[in-house]
Amino acid sequence: MARDLLYTPKSIESIDYERDLGDPGTFPYTRGIHATGYRGKLWTMRQFAGFGTPEETNERYRRLLAAGGTGLSVAFDLPTLMGRDPDHELSRGEVGKCGVNVTSLADMSALFDEIDLGAVTTSMTINAPAPMLLAMYLVVAEERGTDWRSLSGTIQNDILKEFIAQKEFIYPPRPSMRLVTDVFAFCAEHVPRWNTISVSGYHIREAGATAAQELAFTLRNGIEYVDHAIEAGLDVDTFAPRISFFFNSHSDFFEEIANFRAARRIWARVMRDRFNATNPRSWQLRFHAQTAGVSLTAQQPYNNVVRTAVQALAAALGGTQSLHTNALDEALALPTEAAATLALRTQQIIAHETGIVDVVDPLGGSYFLEKLTKDLEDEAMAYIDRIDRMGGMISAIERGYPQKEIAESAYQFQQAVESKAQVIVGVNEFVSSDREGIGTLYIDETAGDRQLARLEATRRNRDRARVSAALEHLQAAAKVDSNLMLPLIEAVRAHATVGEMCDGLREVWGEYVEDPII
Amino acid sequence: MSQKIRVVIAKPGLDGHDRGAKVIARALRDAGMEVIYTGLRQTPEQIVSAALQEDADVIGLSILSGAHMHICPRIVELLRERQMTDVLVVVGGIIPDADVPKLNEIGIRGIFQPGTPMQEIVDFITQQARVRVSSERLS
Repeated sequence: MARDLLYTPKSIESIDYERDLGDPGTFPYTRGIHATGYRGKLWTMRQFAGFGTPEETNERYRRLLAAGGTGLSVAFDLPTLMGRDPDHELSRGEVGKCGVNVTSLADMSALFDEIDLGAVTTSMTINAPAPMLLAMYLVVAEERGTDWRSLSGTIQNDILKEFIAQKEFIYPPRPSMRLVTDVFAFCAEHVPRWNTISVSGYHIREAGATAAQELAFTLRNGIEYVDHAIEAGLDVDTFAPRISFFFNSHSDFFEEIANFRAARRIWARVMRDRFNATNPRSWQLRFHAQTAGVSLTAQQPYNNVVRTAVQALAAALGGTQSLHTNALDEALALPTEAAATLALRTQQIIAHETGIVDVVDPLGGSYFLEKLTKDLEDEAMAYIDRIDRMGGMISAIERGYPQKEIAESAYQFQQAVESKAQVIVGVNEFVSSDREGIGTLYIDETAGDRQLARLEATRRNRDRARVSAALEHLQAAAKVDSNLMLPLIEAVRAHATVGEMCDGLREVWGEYVEDPII
Repeated sequence: MSQKIRVVIAKPGLDGHDRGAKVIARALRDAGMEVIYTGLRQTPEQIVSAALQEDADVIGLSILSGAHMHICPRIVELLRERQMTDVLVVVGGIIPDADVPKLNEIGIRGIFQPGTPMQEIVDFITQQARVRVSSERLS
């Protein structure tokens, strides 16, 4: 986005304080959703982690909590994310590699061993099989006597951005949307403190989108979910307060802060004026932020600590509710424990040493920041209008519209890097001839072997008739308009695997195959 | 004489992060090569079949998930079985330094880690793939 040399009162003449900003805690929440900012409550330091077996990851979680982390965030491996058991052909070489493998109830139980589910908040990055993994978490809680009503956490459950950017989809868009709304309806009744979706711009940005595109596509996805839930017969104020968001915090410092502020303003207006929500909590955009993985470089990896610190500062100044900071070695591998701890320490230094938490929205009123916030809002609203005219986000996805926009931005960025119009320190400028070696985490094949052995044991020891009956019931419910959460919970209690549950629905709905666009 | 180099760009495994695959596909096309992008979730068998059908000079793999030590040897093995060892195989993605010599050993010469300039990949393919074409003509 083009920038002027200087911003003055003239730059923000069209902005009205009461109408467009408001004090923190008041509509349209541009300056934040809490009147007391971080003095009332600091953001949650939530470090995304997972690798190998549930036991290995459980150990990492307990150390993160002991080091002062305040929430858990589960990274699943690709077989789990794609609803495939470890013994499926496509799972070979992938089990436990870029996250933890969770195949059945026994795995979920081991993952949270000696962690009080009533006391922690858990975020699970899971999308296509989100209802299956949520069902597992609920059954683990049930077995331990923890009331579902006391559980707090988030499932990502954002399938639209999978079609647009990350591409971890299973079913076609329409039945996928039904799974999302089934979770909304079930949780509103039975797990009221659970955040049923984290509408995610993070992956859209990582795939190459600009800040304005991330803002626009994410909020338009949010609109699509609200539309579908209302269409399914839900009252907007019963589910909207549990919708949360997830944004990227990239390197263009002021643009990131402005993007978070614009997101709050747009969402408040959309919820109040487009959907007639009346509960102020439906208007408030709460979000998690993660620093930009795509900005990390394999060259001179220690530079990544500096990048991450600046990006984390932007997220805090933008009023995030929760934050993950990337580790310095993540362009090379999953982080080592030392690198993950340093990433957490980065947040702790910002929170406890810089003083930025003492004042709510300390940059509010800056001529530049307010103008940038307005410009990003305008650009995003133009995209949202265009997608509305296409008939909504699913139609836009079916036409490949957001996918093409993102691929184009990614290519333009790469060309800017090639021509050095965009400098990346250590990559295209200030390059060192000798490569700094750092020790990285190496995940071998043993996790895969152990998960295969456990899967075999699960299949051997369970009541086969109960599993088959549960899976048949699941398929029957999928064929009619019946909420799928209870059949899934029963299948989990019977020790059905993620692959079996997902296959059951694959047989009913089929699989989505993308038309590749370059 | 100046026959276009034919490249199959593939995303093997379960991973869907296709930014790199798409950017490199476009860069190679802009550099004058004939590029076929397979799309997501291709098995090694499907990738080698695509290369055979398309009469590809080069297979470019994009792997970010850590499954490269499983996928790459399988592709090389399949190429050998089908007498396609003259196809140049290159791989880009999150490849730890420790795996680079192991991949070189099985015959994968072009290994491109994050931050590699597009031009470097274009140059590598142009040089390596042309060596193959000219040596074929000599024999």
